Amino acid sequence: MELSRRTFIKGAIAGGAGFSLLGFDLTPAVAQMRELKIARATETRSTCPYCAVSCGVLIYTIGDKAKNVTPQVVHVEGDPDHPINRGTLCPKGASLEQDIMNPRRLLKPEVRRPGSDHFEEISWNQAIDEIGQWIKKTRDETFIEKDAQGRTVNRCESLAFIGGCTDTNEFNYLVVKTMRSMGLTYIENQARV
Amino acid sequence: MAQATLQIVKISGHAGPVAGAGVERSEQLCKLIDTTTCIGCKACEVACLEWNGYTFTETSFDNSYQTMPSTAWNYWNLIKFNEHEREDGTLQLLMRKDQCMHCSDPGCLMACPADGAIVQYSNGIVDFQQQNCIGCGYCVSGCPFDIPKFNSETKKMFKCTLCSDRVGQGLEPACIKSCPTGCLHFGTKEDMSFLAESRAKQLRDHFGFEKAGVYDPAGVGGTGVIYVLHDVTNPEAYGGLPKDPHIPWVVRFWKGPAKWIGNLAMLFGVIGVTLHYFRYGPKEIHPPRNGNGGKP
Repeated sequence: MELSRRTFIKGAIAGGAGFSLLGFDLTPAVAQMRELKIARATETRSTCPYCAVSCGVLIYTIGDKAKNVTPQVVHVEGDPDHPINRGTLCPKGASLEQDIMNPRRLLKPEVRRPGSDHFEEISWNQAIDEIGQWIKKTRDETFIEKDAQGRTVNRCESLAFIGGCTDTNEFNYLVVKTMRSMGLTYIENQARV
Repeated sequence: MAQATLQIVKISGHAGPVAGAGVERSEQLCKLIDTTTCIGCKACEVACLEWNGYTFTETSFDNSYQTMPSTAWNYWNLIKFNEHEREDGTLQLLMRKDQCMHCSDPGCLMACPADGAIVQYSNGIVDFQQQNCIGCGYCVSGCPFDIPKFNSETKKMFKCTLCSDRVGQGLEPACIKSCPTGCLHFGTKEDMSFLAESRAKQLRDHFGFEKAGVYDPAGVGGTGVIYVLHDVTNPEAYGGLPKDPHIPWVVRFWKGPAKWIGNLAMLFGVIGVTLHYFRYGPKEIHPPRNGNGGKP
């Protein structure tokens, strides 16, 4: 039987149409899901910096810590092995990725001068110097050497120190040393971690 | 990298059988939302945004704690706040996590005309495949819960995926993981139903909520998201949760009998034309009588 090119193509088209009409179906039986964005990301355990509950979080960064990779955070979620939160997080903790990745986060110290209506950026050195000067001024003005009964107390009641939940024991040790040496009595270091 | 794949059991707008249906044994997965322990902290909303990577949309204040009036194409999970007046006149703040219910008999899938735009996996998740979506919005008319939302820029529909990427890898959805009060639970439908029923019984027996019960509407074949409500007889109080949701009869008719009626009409049309041809033969063109091309 002679089969010309034209007849063959005609036959192929007719056959294809026939098969598709009869219900031959080449659609996949499984669907590819969206890629799990943390599948091989590096998982680092950390502590949520917000409140004193100090929930454990897992920070996922791109790459596997290889030498040529600069890791960056892709996702943060609760640490299921942490005894405090067991994987759960509050809305603020759940948004921790934004704490690192959001372009609107604060990167430099800012100060609002008395009477000013806006914050101005200052350098870290300037900020530390100014804070030091204010602490010195306030302490000099309000330091109490003796109380009403004439007992030596050496305290500075007009200053207070507030620490953060991710402060380590070592840091808090230094805080207490420094602040007590200045006579501070109001020290809160959120040491419930 | 591990590829997550899930077996498909239903495909929208699809002629013929679905290759994956009934092939594989798979547990039905389910979210349980215990509205009685929800404190409205919105951790699930934030976790959903963070996981799915959508940027935050600006919201407006409308005298309520609610983030926005309804879910959006890039905001799939919304806590609905409702002030409900009890029979004795006191107020009750009802909070309900609003998201896709992942119905066993999904109206969106039934209404969708695009082949493969909406699929149901063997674990019960109803998922939109945006690459096949034609943006017609028929799924909105099929959904009794008003969930599918339209992105006017890409002309595609979006809704909660029940974190199918996480679930496909054996993880729980992001909202479930974050919930700090333990109001959200995730597991098989069997386990969640048991948990829900025992919680409802606890509420009835020990907390004085005589009407407490489980919301798992049979009108859509049961849902992949079930609620424990203080008052199961009045789900409308929870931000318009329909009492008896079902796929609109228009959609059912259009995708059911109308198809067969249309097919039959077409078939009888072809048979009629053939019979007419055999009975009367082809239509003959009469040659012009006056011999000048049919013109008078």
